Amino acid sequence: MTINLAIVIPFLMAILIPILYRRFTKLHIGWLVLAVPVIIFIMLVRLIPFVAEGHTYSHTYNWIPSLDINFTTYLDGLSMIFGLLITGVGSLVILYSIFYLSAKESLQHFYCYLLLFMGAMLGVVFSDNLMVLYAFWELTSVSSFLLIAFWHHRKASRAGAQKAMLITVTGGVSMLVGFIMLHMMTGSYSVHEIIRNVSQFTDHQLFVPAMILILFGAFTKSAQFPFHIWLPDAMEAPTPVSAYLHSATMVKAGIYLVARLTPIFGGDAIWFWLVTVAGLVTLFWGSFNAVKQTDLKALLAFSTVSQLGLIMSLFGMGSVAFKLGYSDSTIIYTQATFAALFHLVNHSTFKGALFMMVGIVDHELGTRDVRRLGGLMSLMPLTFTVAVIGSLSMAGMPPFNGFLSKEMFFAAAIHMRDLDIFSISSIGILFPVVAWVASIFTFVYCMIIIFKTFFGKPYEKSEGKPIHEAPIGMLVSPIILCVFVVGIFIFPNVLGQYILKPAMASIYPGFAPAEVLTPKIHAWHGINMELLMTIGVVIVGVMLYRKLKTWKPVYRLFPYRFSFNELFRHLLEGLESGSNKVTTSYMTGSLRKYVLYIYLFFIVAVGGYFLFSGGFAYSSANDAPVEIYELMLIIVMLLAGISMLFVKSRLTATLLNGVIGFGVSIFFVIFRAPDLALTQLIVESVTTVLFLLCFSFLPEWKREDSPKSVKISNAVIAGAVGALVVVMSFAVMYYDEFDSISSYFENAYELAGGANIVNTILGDFRGFDTMLEVVVLFIAGLGVYTLIKLKARKEDTDNEN
Amino acid sequence: MKINDVILRTVTKIVVFIILTLSVYLFFSGHYSPGGGFIGGLVLASAIVLMYLTSDIETVHKGMPFDFKLVAALGVLIATGTGFASVIFGKDFMTQAAMKLNLPIFGETELASVVLFEAGVAMTVIGVVVTIILSISEDE
Amino acid sequence: METLMILLIGVLIAVATYLILSKNLIRVILGTAVLSHAVHLLILTIAGVKKGNVPLLKEAEAPYTDALPQALILTAIVISFAVTAFVLVLAYRTYQSNGTDDLEGLRGQENE
Repeated sequence: MTINLAIVIPFLMAILIPILYRRFTKLHIGWLVLAVPVIIFIMLVRLIPFVAEGHTYSHTYNWIPSLDINFTTYLDGLSMIFGLLITGVGSLVILYSIFYLSAKESLQHFYCYLLLFMGAMLGVVFSDNLMVLYAFWELTSVSSFLLIAFWHHRKASRAGAQKAMLITVTGGVSMLVGFIMLHMMTGSYSVHEIIRNVSQFTDHQLFVPAMILILFGAFTKSAQFPFHIWLPDAMEAPTPVSAYLHSATMVKAGIYLVARLTPIFGGDAIWFWLVTVAGLVTLFWGSFNAVKQTDLKALLAFSTVSQLGLIMSLFGMGSVAFKLGYSDSTIIYTQATFAALFHLVNHSTFKGALFMMVGIVDHELGTRDVRRLGGLMSLMPLTFTVAVIGSLSMAGMPPFNGFLSKEMFFAAAIHMRDLDIFSISSIGILFPVVAWVASIFTFVYCMIIIFKTFFGKPYEKSEGKPIHEAPIGMLVSPIILCVFVVGIFIFPNVLGQYILKPAMASIYPGFAPAEVLTPKIHAWHGINMELLMTIGVVIVGVMLYRKLKTWKPVYRLFPYRFSFNELFRHLLEGLESGSNKVTTSYMTGSLRKYVLYIYLFFIVAVGGYFLFSGGFAYSSANDAPVEIYELMLIIVMLLAGISMLFVKSRLTATLLNGVIGFGVSIFFVIFRAPDLALTQLIVESVTTVLFLLCFSFLPEWKREDSPKSVKISNAVIAGAVGALVVVMSFAVMYYDEFDSISSYFENAYELAGGANIVNTILGDFRGFDTMLEVVVLFIAGLGVYTLIKLKARKEDTDNEN
Repeated sequence: MKINDVILRTVTKIVVFIILTLSVYLFFSGHYSPGGGFIGGLVLASAIVLMYLTSDIETVHKGMPFDFKLVAALGVLIATGTGFASVIFGKDFMTQAAMKLNLPIFGETELASVVLFEAGVAMTVIGVVVTIILSISEDE
Repeated sequence: METLMILLIGVLIAVATYLILSKNLIRVILGTAVLSHAVHLLILTIAGVKKGNVPLLKEAEAPYTDALPQALILTAIVISFAVTAFVLVLAYRTYQSNGTDDLEGLRGQENE
């Protein structure tokens, strides 16, 4: 119940914000918003002890039971971590934003979107039903789009928002297809039910396609190579948004999904290779590109990409444990997953602090360009401290939490060497090598953050205003995060026991006891390979940083023309111009063309069917006898119809149409349909009056001056349509596979209390149709009325002017 | 339209009266014999249109001071409303109720919610048809 | 009887199609009017004609003519009336504001 509330509260608040915003004009609306994540955070914290003991909460509302879609909330260790991150970092970010955003911005929009995002994100992590999860997943994309484009007067903001939206939603849709495949395989949308039964389905032919499609969704969301290109552009968002969505929470949704589905797909070679390799490539590419960035925020964006890759690759490495099965020697491989979860938390702390730090610098100095910044250490000592703690933690230095998880990452990569499944053994050495090289670049860009911003030539502001420390309100949040950065280093096992242990239990359900899966985290475990690697990183990193100028030309080897950004742009432009071309080629604005498409399709589809199926049947055996007056009527109608094509005046044509209409009503009499005959008679009269009335506003028709070829083709098509209808009608008439349902209605007197069957059908059996028909009639009447009166109004204004 | 034909006008007066009676008859007889909401409404509407054709708009409007748009709207409201009425009584949407009464003079008579529904239909038809014709003829 | 009716309907539909394909607005509207006449007849004919008595339980004996198509057509008649009225008004309003009833002349311009 609590969990349902946690999802609903942000949405409710999002609705209330615009209303409250008008009420409390004096107050910064952020203070009200702040209450939401704080309350949910406290609610979750109170549940930690229960979850740590291995309990889970689950609650189901039936939503669309017929489609197996139910609103099931589920709280276990894994969703707990994310829930805490979302609300915890969320609280700090909102606190920070109160000071970052001035009251002049359209705050009600900002906080409305932010709450929308928070609710959607909580929905993603607490939903057990895949369809509900998907709905929330797309909602996070939408709210992210709105937040990136918050300053929508900027072109770059709009472009960034569009790019993020396109990429993540494309992934989302493919993920949806994957989910549906999962449902086709297992007959369930519930993650936990699927996990229970998954062993029966690993050989299913949809297993691998479903996995790849879902991974595509996860990779796009978590900005994995080569879909990472949207994340740097998303940095156009206000800094609190970047810190929250594009670093701490939303981009981790993909990681959450991978973690959540590891029990389903883990143990499969394709899963292992895709997740691990995508992660490692992203790790390397992100850190490599981060070094060349000059905008601090772009640098952090690439570093986020790289760190996300790190976490992703760890989940991939951890999945081999499923293949190997549980034993004392294989438990070591689950440690990769443990490291992933650990680093997930750590990354949110130090990266959140760093983003806020950059926001402060930007806010106070008006620039984030490292080429212009410098010498801020003495001017902004607190900000400097935050930057140092955050950067060193990111670089994997003690005494900060990043050191612990980075060491575990190295350890996990080293263990990969010894594996001899999935044909790892031949290239196993690559895992630690890539990890190490990427870490060197990580170290280099961390140095750039510290030294280029805070040391060196002092920054000179053009207006000459004195640079000073940020207001204390902006500093509170990053400092709290820094306290966590240090605190986790000192007491890592508190986190391990209470938060990470239950999460491990939910990723490896029934694999091994949770205690066995949770190692004791030590800062010091003697001189070993990991430590040597870290020392190596520092040495090489410092060297590379000092010689930055000499090797930076390397980046010119990757010209912009061949980047993924350009590829994406070309793809988009090609798509746009291509679809434009296709559409304009057939949407010509000519009614005749449109009608032609319909008729041609009709001729080809229906005619083709008769041609190939031999469905045509004809027999005149059951025909009713023809009376002489009927024959005469038919001939009159035929003549009226054909001469309509040749008459010179519209009046004659209308009267001929009337002749056909009255003929129809006589046939209704002959065919024992008195109601119809009456109705047709009156309607025909009124329609004729209508035509005549309207003719006073319309010109006399001219001869068709179309070219002869057009006329002939029209005639051919008209003839073909008529012939086809004849053929089809014969076939339908002599079709006797089904019994008529009409005898049911002959009980009209018992069922509906009426003796006129037609009327009881209209008023009772099919009353719903009649009701809607009345509505249609009314709408048409309104349409006529407005069409006429609208013009009258317009003319009035014309006269006034 | 300026038609000043004494004979036409006199005939119309009688004919309209006959048509009106017919339409009411058709409306109520619909349950057992040809007729019903649609037809009754259409006949009535055509009678009104006929009146407009022979006399001018103002004269007719004096005799029948309705806004026909409102008549149509009211008709839609009644027609949909009877549908929802059954929901209030816990039945499915649009369930019609019928009750057989044995009245002294009329004999066995049906008291059905269908009649109300049909009345809604008829009002809509009248309202819409007259609105259409009137708005076109008022247009300059 | 049915065979003859269907042939008549076929001709009427061909006429309607030809009218709809022309480029004069009134012709198109008249075409739709003829088309609905043809279709109404078609529905009734396909159900079989003269197979029974008037579907009035109190006034005639079984067998009755199929009442379902009649109910369908009754609905269709009223709807087609509504649509014809609307299209007619649309046509003359279009003519008033654009000065032409030629459909080719009413095509939207590129990059408008």
